[in-house]
Amino acid sequence: METTLSESKPNYLNISTTIRSWLLTTDHKRIGILYLVSVIFFFAIAGTAAAMMRLELLTPRGDLVQPETYNKLFTMHGVIMVWFFMIPAIPAVLGNFFIPMMIGARDVAFPKLNLASWYVFIVGAMFTMGAVVTGGIDTGWTFYVPYSTLYSNTSVVIATAGVFIVGFSSIFTGINFIVTIHKMRAPGMTWFRLPLFVWSNYANSLIMVLATPILAITVLLIGLDHAFGIGFFDPSTGGDPILYQHLFWFYSHPAVYIMILPAMGVISELISAFSRSRVFGYKVVAFSSLAIAALGFMVWGHHMFVSGQSPYASTVFSFLSFVVAVPSAIKVFNWTATLNKGHISFKTPMLYALGFIGLFTVGGLTGVMLASLAFDVHVTDTYFVVAHFHYIMVGSTVMAFLGGMHYWFPKITGKMYPERWGQFSAIIIFVGFNLTFFPQFILGLEGMPRRYYAYPPEFQVLNVASTAGASILAIGYILPLLYLVWSVFKGAPAPGNPWNSPSLEWQSTSPPPKDNFDEPPVVTHEAYDYAHMAQAQGALDG
Amino acid sequence: MAESQSLVAHHFSTLEQEHDAETMGMWVFLATEVLFFGGLFSVYTVYRVIFPGAWDAGSRILDLNLGTLNTAVLLGSSLTMALALHAAKLGNRRTMVFFLLVTASLGTLFLGVKGFEYYHKYTEHLLPGLGFQLPNGMPVQVGLFLRMYFVMTALHAFHLFVGIGLVLVLAVFGWRGKFTPLKHSPVELIGLYWHFVDIVWIFLFPLLYLIDRS
Repeated sequence: METTLSESKPNYLNISTTIRSWLLTTDHKRIGILYLVSVIFFFAIAGTAAAMMRLELLTPRGDLVQPETYNKLFTMHGVIMVWFFMIPAIPAVLGNFFIPMMIGARDVAFPKLNLASWYVFIVGAMFTMGAVVTGGIDTGWTFYVPYSTLYSNTSVVIATAGVFIVGFSSIFTGINFIVTIHKMRAPGMTWFRLPLFVWSNYANSLIMVLATPILAITVLLIGLDHAFGIGFFDPSTGGDPILYQHLFWFYSHPAVYIMILPAMGVISELISAFSRSRVFGYKVVAFSSLAIAALGFMVWGHHMFVSGQSPYASTVFSFLSFVVAVPSAIKVFNWTATLNKGHISFKTPMLYALGFIGLFTVGGLTGVMLASLAFDVHVTDTYFVVAHFHYIMVGSTVMAFLGGMHYWFPKITGKMYPERWGQFSAIIIFVGFNLTFFPQFILGLEGMPRRYYAYPPEFQVLNVASTAGASILAIGYILPLLYLVWSVFKGAPAPGNPWNSPSLEWQSTSPPPKDNFDEPPVVTHEAYDYAHMAQAQGALDG
Repeated sequence: MAESQSLVAHHFSTLEQEHDAETMGMWVFLATEVLFFGGLFSVYTVYRVIFPGAWDAGSRILDLNLGTLNTAVLLGSSLTMALALHAAKLGNRRTMVFFLLVTASLGTLFLGVKGFEYYHKYTEHLLPGLGFQLPNGMPVQVGLFLRMYFVMTALHAFHLFVGIGLVLVLAVFGWRGKFTPLKHSPVELIGLYWHFVDIVWIFLFPLLYLIDRS
């Protein structure tokens, strides 16, 4: 664990440095880094699209971009953010890197499949970027029929092909994680000694494996429809466009949990590490992940309250959507209880975690509001919905991703990040985020519809506030990119366990050796067992 | 022990752990596949409930004899696949390769018959997207049935095509003596996949060909 030693020691980074050794690697840690670089690239592209939309919305009239361009911007923003950032960000980067380490394994169960998943991701991304280059696509990320199949003359086929392909990278990752967690745990690593990050990724992998194929078959039908006019959902031949919506949301609502469950896992780790207490109600938190995964499959109809689906179905979906809020709320309460009487330190990852709890609570509670039928009908397709899901996706998932990146940065790179800069940008992001999206709740309640490039002048004040917030948020995102990259080269060397965590990944050197541990670990204590940690430390010092 | 240790991929501890992991991985993959086809079966079910008459009429268009023949061919291939695995377990290299080749041939025969059926439908203008023209008096939703028929069977045929390729690769590796009674999990895993593709057909056949044959 000596810092000077780990510098000269062979580790997964310095063992070979050729480009070939990176592109053909089967090391889960390196594949995590490949994914990291890729998802940040796509975050930047999709973020740029969002920035252009916010600029357009600075004034009530459409003056910056054409209406058609605006449609393509929000479609590109949605498609790329959802499938090329949100879904892979935490599992494929942090999960890939740390799940094997946390369970004491040398690698994932199928290292080649793991690498294949990254290549499949890149091929899917090339198709999607191809759709952007060939003129873009204007259907919205939901590809609703009949617009997408009969009317839109944009690159629907290429874009849906990209989404179809990238789905398989999720499936490969999911299969790998499930089997790895089942079969690769170190001696003594029982299910209830697993860190909660592993539990949430396990639940998440179940969703990826079971929901993604439905998306694949659905976009395949859309692609065939658009390319050959086959018409599965074409009303003129008896097809039912509502059926498309059912199929789409049967995947895409669970996909929301694909985006949030791994983030919740990160938060469990951060809250525990920086309050130095075991996560309150460990088993309840673990099982709430599985409950979210299971219930998440039964609420898709709440996206379709105004679609003309049966009102009885809507009532049931509304009820189940209230129910799915329960396991999420359990997590929030348990994190808060974990903080109680803990030794809290406000390091950067902790600031992100606390920010997450606040923003997730707002996003979650507005979700419960939207689950109630009458209210949802009132605000459907308004900025209220936009604000709600951005509180979950950006406010929660991106915060967790950044918090996790800071927390594990010393392990990944072997370098420390600058703490002051970290805290500063965490606060900038929190402020910028709220200024961007809180006004959108009010805009939505006042009736401003989403997906329009222009709006009546009375909405301008709040839109200006939102755009101002977006520029602060942009600075908040650029800062970590700059100082983290700087730290990779110039940062202070990181000790093996800078946060004094009992979790297995911290018991290895920073950065870890190629096989993760110098000696295969044997687990004798529970996750978050700080008392055991202190004892072991005392024995070493004494 | 030392000999079996060297066969184990380096990130596994024992051969048993490796085998367990591979088998579980295949089952999880098959779960994905079930949901993949499941999406289509749901679409089929919804439309069949809405348009039962069109589904009956559409089903009668299909060639029952060829469908039945193909069912027998595919069931036979599952048997030979199981026999190949049995031979692999016993270490009978020649028998294993023989049965693998029979399996691949039966799969190819299935695809040939399917292709003939497709061609026949094409000449009758019943292939959606290519000069599609329903016979007079047929309800328009029969077209929907035929679309479901083509997409479901084509997706199945694609899976079978991949399966044939995999079985042929197995035969080549088997001929070179890559599989031993101790380590032959690729035969077992691809066997699982092959049986899965068969089972999909066991659902497709009655749902498409046998709806209204009284």
